[in-house]
Amino acid sequence: MSEAVAIDKQAVLKTDSKLEKLYSLGHFVVTGELGPPQHSEGHELEHHASELKDIVDGFNLTDNQTAIVRLSSIAAGVHVLKGGGVPIIQMTCRDRNRIAMQSDLLGAYSLGIRDVLCLSGDHQSFGNHPTCKNVYDVDSVQLIAMVKKMRDEKKLLSDSPIKTNEPRFFIGAVENPFGDPFEFRAIRLEKKVNAGADFIQTQAIFDVEKFARFMEMVVARGIHERTKITAGILPVRSVKALQYMKKDVAGMEIPDSLIERMKKAEDPKKEGIQVSIELCNQLKKIPGVAGIHIMPVGWEAALPEIVKGAGFLPRPKV
Amino acid sequence: MIVAEIKPIEEIADSIKAIKDAKKVLVAGCGGCVTVCLSGGQKETDIMASALRMKMEVDGQPVQIETATYERQCDPEYVVRFKEHLKDVDVVVSMACGVGVQFMAENYPEIIFVPGQNTKFAGAAVEHGIWEERCMLCGECVLAKTGGVCPIIRCSKSLLNGPCGGSQNGVCEVSKDTPCAWQLIYDRLKGQGRLDMMTEVLPAKDWSKNRDGGPRKIVREDVRL
Repeated sequence: MSEAVAIDKQAVLKTDSKLEKLYSLGHFVVTGELGPPQHSEGHELEHHASELKDIVDGFNLTDNQTAIVRLSSIAAGVHVLKGGGVPIIQMTCRDRNRIAMQSDLLGAYSLGIRDVLCLSGDHQSFGNHPTCKNVYDVDSVQLIAMVKKMRDEKKLLSDSPIKTNEPRFFIGAVENPFGDPFEFRAIRLEKKVNAGADFIQTQAIFDVEKFARFMEMVVARGIHERTKITAGILPVRSVKALQYMKKDVAGMEIPDSLIERMKKAEDPKKEGIQVSIELCNQLKKIPGVAGIHIMPVGWEAALPEIVKGAGFLPRPKV
Repeated sequence: MIVAEIKPIEEIADSIKAIKDAKKVLVAGCGGCVTVCLSGGQKETDIMASALRMKMEVDGQPVQIETATYERQCDPEYVVRFKEHLKDVDVVVSMACGVGVQFMAENYPEIIFVPGQNTKFAGAAVEHGIWEERCMLCGECVLAKTGGVCPIIRCSKSLLNGPCGGSQNGVCEVSKDTPCAWQLIYDRLKGQGRLDMMTEVLPAKDWSKNRDGGPRKIVREDVRL
């Protein structure tokens, strides 16, 4: 019976993305994130993917995050594939116009990448080329619509037909529940879903109460029934990291109680893992949350500890 | 109006020095936008002429410097008036915006033109001495859809569908001195009871109406002579 249900569900899948399959079978999805290096060697990515492929269901590959030049997210995705992992490539609107983006989407799909996360991108003033020109030919909502159009209408943004082999991506988007105006955040999320976002990853959550209020608005609008919402976790190793994020990273809400807790911790790394595990346990209970996305920001060793500690192992095989 | 800012005198002097055998310089003021934004009108032109005279003298390359200011440098009827001041002039330092500099240079191709200003933006004086950008001349105005606040120029990412994740406490992630355009739009539409406008997905913009379509031109047959 369960097999029949599974087959029935598979019949309506839009893509051959593993993530879509997991979500459609009702699994609580757990994804991680790998930051591509600032050099041209991809073995480490392959190694991490190989080590962690049974710990998380997929790996985000960031696209020149904080506007610092890194190995491209698509190339990084190929390294992850080599390591046996599922790559979720990030694509920002900062550096490419619609021609380059569509070209890269065709290329990424041809290389075996099935999941793309569409986002605006950090402003170039934060990175190592602050004098550069940004693009923003399309914005993140328009990018989502463009990827959907390529898949569902088999057309480029210009309406030119993709006569064969259209890229069939499972489309992701992001939302920051802690950005302002707070009351607009659920509506903005809905815009992304209306544009075609199949799944959502949120900004790192430290303030569970505020996130729960955001999710109440999301659920009230029925958005969680039209997309899969993955709650973001960022493990911290030190109180300094928390203080930095609170002070210098726009759109982050960090409760003072957490800063105090990390200050008092004898072993801040251990405490950081414990905080992340507790967050996982709290977030998974919030109505509308369909998964957890963990951003270790270079601390890959934290991933298995959190996933195991939160009771998310073993990961389902599909 | 076009808002401009006077270039450092060293840069202007260096541009003049780079011109072989420059003996006579005209500093040309403009009575248009740059007079209103206090950077290139008659007063600033006279000050620039005095400063340049001293600078060139001190630097050991004295030149004869004169001034002339007319209503505009972007209009043929005023541009011709500069002609009487151009006798034996080797270099003109134009205190107009980039449009004026080019328009003058087009009309007097035998003379070398040097810009005296950096042309900054199309903006307005929010208070005396403070100018802010308001329009990027994109060629296809969206203000009817955005509560009269332009996200193309006032949002650091030119987003058309709401604020990015970096909007916090009403300011942009790029600078705490920059209001988030989408917060402004949200507040304006909320105040007008029109927040539902923010749910509309605005499609990718037609940038061919902007500079991306090449230099732009308008032909109005109804007013041509």
